[in-house]
Amino acid sequence: MTVDRSSHLKRLEDESIHIMREVAAEFRKPVMLYSIGKDSSVMLHLALKAFHPGKPPFPLLHVDTKWKFREMIRFRDETARRLGLELIVHTNPDGLARNINPFEHGSSYYTHVMKTEALKQALTQHGFDAAFGGARRDEEASRAKERVFSFRTASHGWDPKNQRPELWHLYNTRVAPGESIRVFPLSNWTELDVWEYILAENIPIVPLYFAAPRPVVERDGMLLMVDDDRLPLHPGESAQERLVRFRTLGCYPLTAATESAAATLAEIVRELMGARRSERAGRLIDHDEAASMERKKREGYF
Amino acid sequence: MDDATIQAGGALLRFLTCGSVDDGKSTLIGRLLYETRVVLDDQLAALERASRRHGTTGEDIDLALLVDGLEAEREQGITIDVAYRYFATPRRRFIVADTPGHEQYTRNMATGASTSDLAVLLVDARKGILAQTRRHAFIVHLLGIRHVVLAVNKIDLVDFDAAHFAAIAADFAVFARDLRFTDVTAVPLSARYGDNVTVSSERTPWYSGPTLLGHLEDVRVEDPAERPFRMPVQWVNRPNADFRGLSGTVAGGTVRPGDAVVVAASGQTTRIGRVVTADGDLDAAGAGAAVTLTFTEEIDASRGDVIAAADARPEVTDQFAAHLVWMSDVALFPGRPYLLKAGTRTVTATVTEIKHRVDVDSLNHLAAKELHLNEIGFCNLSLAAPIAFDPYEANRETGAFILIDRLTNATLGAGMIAFGLRRATNIHWQALDVTKRARAALKGQKPAVLWFTGLSGSGKSTIANIVERKLLAEGRHTYVLDGDNVRHGLNRDLGFTEADRIENIRRVAETAKLFVEAGLIVLVSFISPFRAERRMARDLVEDGEFLEIFVDTPIAECRRRDPKGLYAKADQGRIKNFTGIDSPYEAPENPELRLDTTTGTAEELAETIIRSLHARGIVG
Repeated sequence: MTVDRSSHLKRLEDESIHIMREVAAEFRKPVMLYSIGKDSSVMLHLALKAFHPGKPPFPLLHVDTKWKFREMIRFRDETARRLGLELIVHTNPDGLARNINPFEHGSSYYTHVMKTEALKQALTQHGFDAAFGGARRDEEASRAKERVFSFRTASHGWDPKNQRPELWHLYNTRVAPGESIRVFPLSNWTELDVWEYILAENIPIVPLYFAAPRPVVERDGMLLMVDDDRLPLHPGESAQERLVRFRTLGCYPLTAATESAAATLAEIVRELMGARRSERAGRLIDHDEAASMERKKREGYF
Repeated sequence: MDDATIQAGGALLRFLTCGSVDDGKSTLIGRLLYETRVVLDDQLAALERASRRHGTTGEDIDLALLVDGLEAEREQGITIDVAYRYFATPRRRFIVADTPGHEQYTRNMATGASTSDLAVLLVDARKGILAQTRRHAFIVHLLGIRHVVLAVNKIDLVDFDAAHFAAIAADFAVFARDLRFTDVTAVPLSARYGDNVTVSSERTPWYSGPTLLGHLEDVRVEDPAERPFRMPVQWVNRPNADFRGLSGTVAGGTVRPGDAVVVAASGQTTRIGRVVTADGDLDAAGAGAAVTLTFTEEIDASRGDVIAAADARPEVTDQFAAHLVWMSDVALFPGRPYLLKAGTRTVTATVTEIKHRVDVDSLNHLAAKELHLNEIGFCNLSLAAPIAFDPYEANRETGAFILIDRLTNATLGAGMIAFGLRRATNIHWQALDVTKRARAALKGQKPAVLWFTGLSGSGKSTIANIVERKLLAEGRHTYVLDGDNVRHGLNRDLGFTEADRIENIRRVAETAKLFVEAGLIVLVSFISPFRAERRMARDLVEDGEFLEIFVDTPIAECRRRDPKGLYAKADQGRIKNFTGIDSPYEAPENPELRLDTTTGTAEELAETIIRSLHARGIVG
């Protein structure tokens, strides 16, 4: 199977590169949020292209909740080393000291402390005035209305009713001291676009995306991978080997695997074209409450 | 759908949907997503849950809820912001901008239109063409969209009546005659039941045209004419001493190694060396391509410059006329400085004049002194530095700009350049070693323009005369430009026509500026009845250098004084266009100083001015 690089993927790539160059040129201190997933991998790949033959003029930032899959952390460190890029890793020290975890505190509070608060801490500490994120508008309803350049107040809040109009490719990049802008270069990409591009460009991704026998437990219809011994097993539960892969990657206790035999990129793309469930179906935090993403975004979540 | 087919449909169509509230835009997009299988099982399950809670369609699934993203919208049952949706058929990929019909959110429609090639205008078959429809069609036209679909929705509610449909289509054709659309395709449909959306309806046997989706798949939106090469420079790529390239996105035309190009603003020419990308050098790059250019001979160019075909250069000017869509609650006022971003360049700009406002319902031109939210005006703009541009009709990327508030950083308006008002291509400043600051420092003062405005006989010259005498006594260096006196020399060739009057004031303002450059405190005594002209004078000098002094004397008092006997003549009809009698005086809204001559003597008022000059640090 081949992917036609001359068509829509090229247009999406060009648009993303344009956005990244605008940020590098107009902001004082940009950073790229690197979440290790497939979208981050594509975003990083685009950044390498945008500044070729130079290097991207900004560091990578990973907000580590300490509950990521071990393979993700390995992949993250290896990627930064391979590309010779500066990688900043931040964990909320307060949350860590209080041992905030998804089991005892619930996914909603855990996400707020270890992701949203941690992110805000890191952005404030380093004084970043622009932060790239890999979010796409096709992911979720409230994301569909997100600007490419999304303004945040000094307290990192997002006001969906007071967004700057965004016309043509003329991005208003101006912020006052303390304020910042979240920039989404993959805004117009769909999940299928991302996979087709990974395939066409042969972009390295975390092996968890490919099907393999992995130890999982089935809970409320979700397959959770037993990535380490911190996952409390319910009475009668035991890990069993299943052929699974992940469509989306996050914290392992909050990310469900899907049964799949797709072990190559081409097989993943083919599987996706016939898919009947959205990728966020595997995200446990999105089911917490209606409009949960919008609420999280207003509070400063990506 | 197999692998080969989706790639064959490689081309991307960006379109927007617009219409009035309740025309069914969200339902239509929901229907398109649903029928092109974008909606997946878990989303459908969520939709069924949401339909029961928020839906307006009874037991049926409310497809509009698929696209009404934000909580606030669900509660209000309306779409309040532009949302982008993605779907594909085996033949084409689509990006849809779903834009709201609410009057106060018209700015979002312009936003959606700015990146779209086609517009789907929805009308309710029961209501026909409304003021909102006209407004949206006009904005679509203004934003440069040439392909329109008139989607006559809810055709089921008029019993699939052919005559009804034909009447609406005809109505629209009459209105759209002046909007220069390349094609308008009217489709009778029902978003709720799916008639003629993706499948031809048996309930409209009289309609032989395409379904909405069929038309979207087939319509050709490519620009037939090849345009000249343009690339605004975004970023200077200089990783090491061996490589220097200019990165940017091609905004028009094609670029190839060996092409002769010019830096638009400086006129410096060179040839393209390489067209560099991470995937290797290209033989050619067309519009939309993100590239890095190197040159056979190095040129002085950086972010904000436009690289262009040497034989088809863009215009370079600091004054142009443009359509403005105002998008802020705070009104546009001529003379107020804004930031203007065009391409990759940001400069200070003012609207010098609103030529007219467009009544979007009638397309009539109306007089306007300010522009409010969602109003559209045709304006003259003056920039602090020249920019390179093409008319918006020729190039949407190099003919567009946004205006930004200097204080709040809010995006206030969007502009489409119509034409330049003068060419600045070959006017270069001669750099001088001795500066204004140095000349003024020698005199122990800051240069300034004291601009006295007021009716004839208000006391301008009298007060200016006393102020100059006082300054001279303090050892200051001054000069007085008097409206009457300059007409004996510099402006002897000018009469009293509208054009001559403007030229008269322009020369006085420019002369005042020269004296400011020389380090002097210049006292200008001039009726100068129009705000626009006083603004023009203000814009010529730097911030803080211009003091507008309003000599505020009621016309009855001026008439009583009548030192030159002019009021008497005007009253007898022997002087035409006399300010205050048959020609208006626009009083300053925010003068630096307002002098009430009915409560203070000329001597006292002059002393007020002197104190103000000390307070402002103009004299130490």
